[in-house]
Amino acid sequence: MSYMTDRKRADPWGSAKTGTQHHWRVKVQSVALLVLIPLFLIAVAPAIGKDYAGVTDHFARPFPAIVAALALTVSFVHFADGFQTLIEDYVHNDWAKFIIIGMTCLCWGAAAVTIFAVARLAL
Amino acid sequence: MVQLTLPKNSTIRTGKTWPKPEGATNLRKFQIYRWNPDDDENPRVDTYFVDVDSCGPMILDALIKIKNEIDPTLTFRRSCREGICGSCAMNIDGINTLACIYGMDEVKGDVKIYPLPHMPVVKDLIPDLTHFYAQHASIHPWLETETPRPAKEWRQSIEDREKLDGLYECVMCACCSTACPSYWWNGDRYLGPAALLHAYRWIIDSRDEATGERLDDLEDPFKLYRCHTIMNCAKTCPKGLNPAKAIAEIKKKMVERAV
Repeated sequence: MSYMTDRKRADPWGSAKTGTQHHWRVKVQSVALLVLIPLFLIAVAPAIGKDYAGVTDHFARPFPAIVAALALTVSFVHFADGFQTLIEDYVHNDWAKFIIIGMTCLCWGAAAVTIFAVARLAL
Repeated sequence: MVQLTLPKNSTIRTGKTWPKPEGATNLRKFQIYRWNPDDDENPRVDTYFVDVDSCGPMILDALIKIKNEIDPTLTFRRSCREGICGSCAMNIDGINTLACIYGMDEVKGDVKIYPLPHMPVVKDLIPDLTHFYAQHASIHPWLETETPRPAKEWRQSIEDREKLDGLYECVMCACCSTACPSYWWNGDRYLGPAALLHAYRWIIDSRDEATGERLDDLEDPFKLYRCHTIMNCAKTCPKGLNPAKAIAEIKKKMVERAV
C-alpha cells in the first residue's frame, strides 16, 4: 500500500518521449514486407525441387539472391520489433528486459546468418 | 505476467434465485452479478424475474424495478436515463453499454448483467473509476493558451469547429476503455481509448496552443502505443464514437512531426 495520489498513480513517470520511432519503423517494415514476401515467393519458387547445384545456380542470379536476403532480413528485424511489443504487452516484471534483449540478439543473429547463407549460395 | 485466471476469492458462484412476481404472465429472466465488500463472500450471480408488462423498455428500467420491488440491496449507478451522464455503464449480454439506452428487446434470451470488465468493483454493478478519471485529468482536458485572453471569446471557424464532431460527444462512461484488451493488461500505464480520444479532442482544437506539449506528453510506448487497433472501443461505444480513429490520428501527428 502506497500513499500516492490518484493523479500521481495515473502518471507516475511522465512521458518517455519515445515510441514514435518504433511505431514508424514497424509500419515501414510492414509495407516493405507487403512487397517483399510476394517477390520472395516468386523468386524462390523456381528453385523448389532442384538439386544442390541447381539451387546454387538459381541463387547465383542477382534477383533471387537480393530478394531472398532482403525479405528474410526485414522479416527477422520485423519479428524482433513485434516481439518487443508482445513482451511489453504481457510481461510486467524485470524478465521483460532480458527477454527483449535475448530475442533481439537472436533475430539480428538470424538475419546475419541469412545474409551469410544467401551470399555463400550466390557467390 | 498477465493473469488469465481469477483469484479464488473472485470466482463467481451461483447466487439466490428470487421468487417470480405473482400474477405476471410476461416474465423476463435477469442474471445479475452481485458482490458486497462487507460480507467477505465470493461474487455471485443472482436470478431475478421481471414482469415486462409493468416495466419500461430499457435495461435500466428493469434494474430500477428490481431495486424498487424485489431487492433493494441491488446497487448500481444511474442518473440522467437518456445516455448523457454515462453513469449506468455496465456489461449487458457481453457488451459494454449504457443500461438506460439499451433496450430489453436487443437481448436474446436471459439478460446477463455484469459490471464493466477488468475494473475493481466497489459493489455489485459499480466499478471503481478513480484511476480512469485520474488518467483523463492527466491529459489536461481544458483549453491551454499563452496568448492573452481576448475581450470577448476565443474565435473558431465553422470548419475548425466541425473537427471536434465525433470527439466532444464522449460522456466518459468508460465502456471503451474497459472493452480494450490493451487497457486490461496495461491499464496502469496505458491511457486507454477514452482519455486518448479526449487528448485528441484538445490536440485538434484550433484554439488550443499547447499542441506540441500535448503530443510530447503522449509520446510514450505505454501511454499511447499500447493501442494495437483492436477496435473493441469503436464497436462498443454507446454513443457511436470511434476512439480508435482518434488514436490513429494522434499517431499520424506523431509521425508527421518526426518524419
